Amino acid sequence: MFKFLHPYAKPEAAFDLSEKIYRYTMPIAILFFLVGSIWGLVYAPVDYQQGDSFRLIYFHVPSAVWSMGAYTTMGILGFCALVWQLRMLELAVVAIAPIGAVFTALALATGAIWGKPMWGAWWVWDARLTSELILLFLYLGVFALFYSFDDKRTGAKAACILAVVGIINVPIIHYSVEWWNTLHQGATITKFAAPSISGDMLWPLLINLTAFFIFFTALTSYRFSTELLKADSHRKWAQQILLKSAK
Amino acid sequence: MNPRRKQRLFIASLLFLGLAAGAALILTALDENIDFFYSPTEILHGKKETGLKPKIGQRLRIGGMVKEGSVVRSEKDLNVTFALQTNGDVVYVTFDGILPDLFREGQGIVAQGHLRSPNKVEAFEVLAKHDEEYMPPEIAEAMKGIKHEKPQYTAEQLETLEQKKSY
Repeated sequence: MFKFLHPYAKPEAAFDLSEKIYRYTMPIAILFFLVGSIWGLVYAPVDYQQGDSFRLIYFHVPSAVWSMGAYTTMGILGFCALVWQLRMLELAVVAIAPIGAVFTALALATGAIWGKPMWGAWWVWDARLTSELILLFLYLGVFALFYSFDDKRTGAKAACILAVVGIINVPIIHYSVEWWNTLHQGATITKFAAPSISGDMLWPLLINLTAFFIFFTALTSYRFSTELLKADSHRKWAQQILLKSAK
Repeated sequence: MNPRRKQRLFIASLLFLGLAAGAALILTALDENIDFFYSPTEILHGKKETGLKPKIGQRLRIGGMVKEGSVVRSEKDLNVTFALQTNGDVVYVTFDGILPDLFREGQGIVAQGHLRSPNKVEAFEVLAKHDEEYMPPEIAEAMKGIKHEKPQYTAEQLETLEQKKSY
């Protein structure tokens, strides 16, 4: 079934593919981001109770959604890396970890900036905020574990195990606002019902959600290619590429 | 799939499912302890599962909707009383401080303070818990009949805040 993936177990092929993905997706991500952000910040109407503060939604929600999406991706890749012992997957896991950590930190930071004027507090220890903070520590843990061993494959294995185990936290984050009393409100769009946001506010949000996803894809490809180059820097194919870019 | 991969698949799945089950058990056991606040119903009749009621003098958070017509504000200083309700159960909250901008009758509020009598909370912090709906002002007025105005304060009222700070 996955025969078409087999050639990419070869580092040169994986490097070429990731370079190509980065080159094509990055401009699209920037385009979407500009359209979504300008639409959201300038043209979308103000909220009836939150006024202009609600515009933080255009950065807070996409970064929060993809902080969880990135973790799920990383966890699944980690699981496959453990079972099939593919070095390319291990490198993909460590490529995602810091990107996901930045998305999570961005979600926490925009959330705090939003929380102060609207709720009246930068931070509260409710289930949603706490579980999202744990997600940040999971990302940092995966990244740290990978580089904590002298033997790269041992480190990768440890990092993959943590990545897999941490997936448990993702549904907890999502359902925290339903399972428990929280200060954070419930889901506006990520639910099986009509979104609780008026149409002219929703469109820029959907565009920025797409932008962050493409941005995530581009950054992951870029980080993957550099991690791969670093890991293989003693190999001939990598040295050829490094020499070429040095000229 | 070769037998070694099959074995690793089995071990990895077992590890994941085992830990997921463990996490589920821990969260179920903690259950209402993870709640951020008591609802008025829980303060009056106890928690749903355990029937546990907060004690008088206990420091707690209460969350509910501000009852229509229940907000009484002092004209001279920042004192305010309002009623929070869920399912018809009402608990009264007193507070001496600046209310959040989103405060209004019908809004969700989480107040932190001490339980002074079975249905009275003396709060030292009031936070707004808005819902997940976003809409332009015209739509809110037409659909829900809400025209949000943030709490206003006179210079005299704000002076009492300065005095309190200087103590």
